[in-house]
Amino acid sequence: MSVITYRQALRDTLRDEMARDENVMLLGEEIGLFEGSYKITEGMLKEFGERRVRDTPISEEGFVGAAVGAAMLGLRPVVEVMTINFSMIAIDQIINHAAKVYGMFGGQTSVPMVIRTPGGGGQQLGATHSQNIELFYAFVPGLKVIAPSSPADAAAMLRAAVRDDDPVLLLENLGLYNSKGEVPDGDESVAEIGRAAVTREGSDITLIGYSRMASASLQVAEQLAEQDISVEVVDLRSLRPLDRQTVVDSVRKTGCAVMAEDDWLTYGIGAEIAASIQEGAFDYLDAPVRRVAMAEVPLPYAKPLETAALPSAESITTAVKETLSAVGKRVG
Amino acid sequence: MADTAKAKGGGSAKSTGGRRRSRKDTTQGAPSGTTSAVADEKPDALLDYYRRMLLVRRFEERTGQAYTQARIGGYCHLNLGEEATVVGLMESLQERDYLYTNYRDHGYAIHKGMSPRRVMAELYGRTDGVAKGWGGSMHMYDTETRMLGGYGIVGGQMPMATGAALAVSYRGGDEIVMCQLGDGTTNIGAWHESLNLASLWNLPIVYAIVNNFTGMGTAVDKSSAEPDLYKRGSAFRIEGVRVDGRDVLAVRDAATELVEKARSEQRPYILECTSYRLKGHSVVDPAKYRTEEQTAEARSNDPVAAFEDQLEKAGVLTEDKKKEIADSVKDEVADAADFAENSPSPDVSTLFDYTYATPVANESRRMPADPVFAE
Ligand SMILES: Cc1ncc(C[n+]2csc(CCOP(=O)(O)OP(=O)(O)O)c2C)c(N)n1
Repeated sequence: MSVITYRQALRDTLRDEMARDENVMLLGEEIGLFEGSYKITEGMLKEFGERRVRDTPISEEGFVGAAVGAAMLGLRPVVEVMTINFSMIAIDQIINHAAKVYGMFGGQTSVPMVIRTPGGGGQQLGATHSQNIELFYAFVPGLKVIAPSSPADAAAMLRAAVRDDDPVLLLENLGLYNSKGEVPDGDESVAEIGRAAVTREGSDITLIGYSRMASASLQVAEQLAEQDISVEVVDLRSLRPLDRQTVVDSVRKTGCAVMAEDDWLTYGIGAEIAASIQEGAFDYLDAPVRRVAMAEVPLPYAKPLETAALPSAESITTAVKETLSAVGKRVG
Repeated sequence: MADTAKAKGGGSAKSTGGRRRSRKDTTQGAPSGTTSAVADEKPDALLDYYRRMLLVRRFEERTGQAYTQARIGGYCHLNLGEEATVVGLMESLQERDYLYTNYRDHGYAIHKGMSPRRVMAELYGRTDGVAKGWGGSMHMYDTETRMLGGYGIVGGQMPMATGAALAVSYRGGDEIVMCQLGDGTTNIGAWHESLNLASLWNLPIVYAIVNNFTGMGTAVDKSSAEPDLYKRGSAFRIEGVRVDGRDVLAVRDAATELVEKARSEQRPYILECTSYRLKGHSVVDPAKYRTEEQTAEARSNDPVAAFEDQLEKAGVLTEDKKKEIADSVKDEVADAADFAENSPSPDVSTLFDYTYATPVANESRRMPADPVFAE
């Protein structure tokens, strides 16, 4: 068992997959000589050469679309889009083409590609560089959208994404790159895309999150355990396909739920989860579902404003405690 | 290569001094040397081109009819008037070469090798259609014949075609990719980004612009700051050639030369085929934005009629032969329509068959009125 960072887990897995399959190639801005804006592709150019590790010009639509075409001919490109904010330049190729050619052509061609892209606020980058717009992609059938929250999951999910025959958007989070976790040595596990995970069992309340908020939810659960509050944590892991059943099963057991998300509240992932709980566990609910989400503003640069706008362990804790007192459960 | 203009990469293209040319200036009607060109050809090949052009013509006419009878839904963009370009371009490709096109794709699909029956069945939205009824008019696709799709988003095909050429080059293959597009498409970002990548990475691809001088109703010189479209690769050091797209032999020759250059040099090329669509942008467009003169000029330069005329004058197309070809084409189109008519509509139970290639846990298979969670 080794303790490594989320960044290292991605890097190791990517290298292993490149070594395993000649059809896997990397495309993206600054991934070669510069070794990646966030250093996920460090050492790759040296190891695999220019044929397989291709620096692209700043032309997101061009190179994401080129990956779609290359995938249609059987390559398995892994594209790095520097941050999810720039993926919007390529949104036509992602939504209109990568997601559609399999269905639109009656199953004759698939698009086995991965788009890796980090997102998330908290870095004081201002409004255009601090967005969680995964919802745009999670809305679209034909895409798979996954969001690992731990190093072990990052490895298992990236492995699954590279080997999958469909276009997979893998969301990384700037706030998680340096987070550490245990990854079993020689682990070769491949995650099942579309499965949520109960990352901690509990009986008082269900706390649901993904990516950075799934990791924050675990922290909160650990802290609350010291106050004798038993929190069950569900990490969604996959935003499309979405594993509603695991969420609903958990809420049927605990009777109440809080959803923590790093995106905006209105129409956000939490809205979908709350609606699913309403449809699947209405009779079991002792309190309304609470949602902890980003403040609905373009994210400011100034640190105190930015910090206040983002959901945190504290804001999750508050929502959990308020929900529990509403149902008459004793809270410390 | 007679009757072509060239823009060498690296800025050696002759400047037009900013003068906008009218459509008349830029189209080079039937090249004067064509009769002798016909004389140099094998009669069987000429008759075959003629037959292929006529097949596109009759197929599209039938398609237009079926559309107005509501047998075909959606949008419907025809190749009427562009038959010589379609056939000339497709003659330049080897079976192993790949093709991407825009939504004006029926003729290309047929002459890349798909059966007219299956193309028509796709138009009817039936199970025997090339995409089992999932694509429709704008989205013909066939793995086997390497027609990698018509695409309904203007310019959407360009990055993908470029990426297909990247895959070919990655594997060291000797196929080339042809990417067809319209004149209006040369103004979208995907065009510029694709050309840049193709040139930087030395990809074996030919971008074939069908310049019918209009994007829907907007004239090319109202939309392109450089309306000599074959020159538009010069910023990317991509050589461009313009050819009269109403002359099947000229298109075939120019395209073949560029396709073989792209293959041997592993470089991208641009081919501009000046053309004219005889009807509106789509079946429902009455083309009111066109003047009487334009329409009259187009009719008098109908590529099918002009080629027929040439072949008759050269003694290649006799009355008997003409009738024989007309009859066989008519039968083939009627057979395609019958086939489409008799092919079943897809069963609703197949609705969820093509969302993902790798099956996934928790894929939603919910019909509109179904509850999300079964009791
Ligand atoms: C991105 C995008 N914008 C607009 C349209 C609507 N549209 C469909 S065809 C067309 C004209 C394109 O003209 P051109 O590229 O010259 O091709 P042609 O129709 O002449 O073959 C337009 C504007 C579209 N399909 N996609």
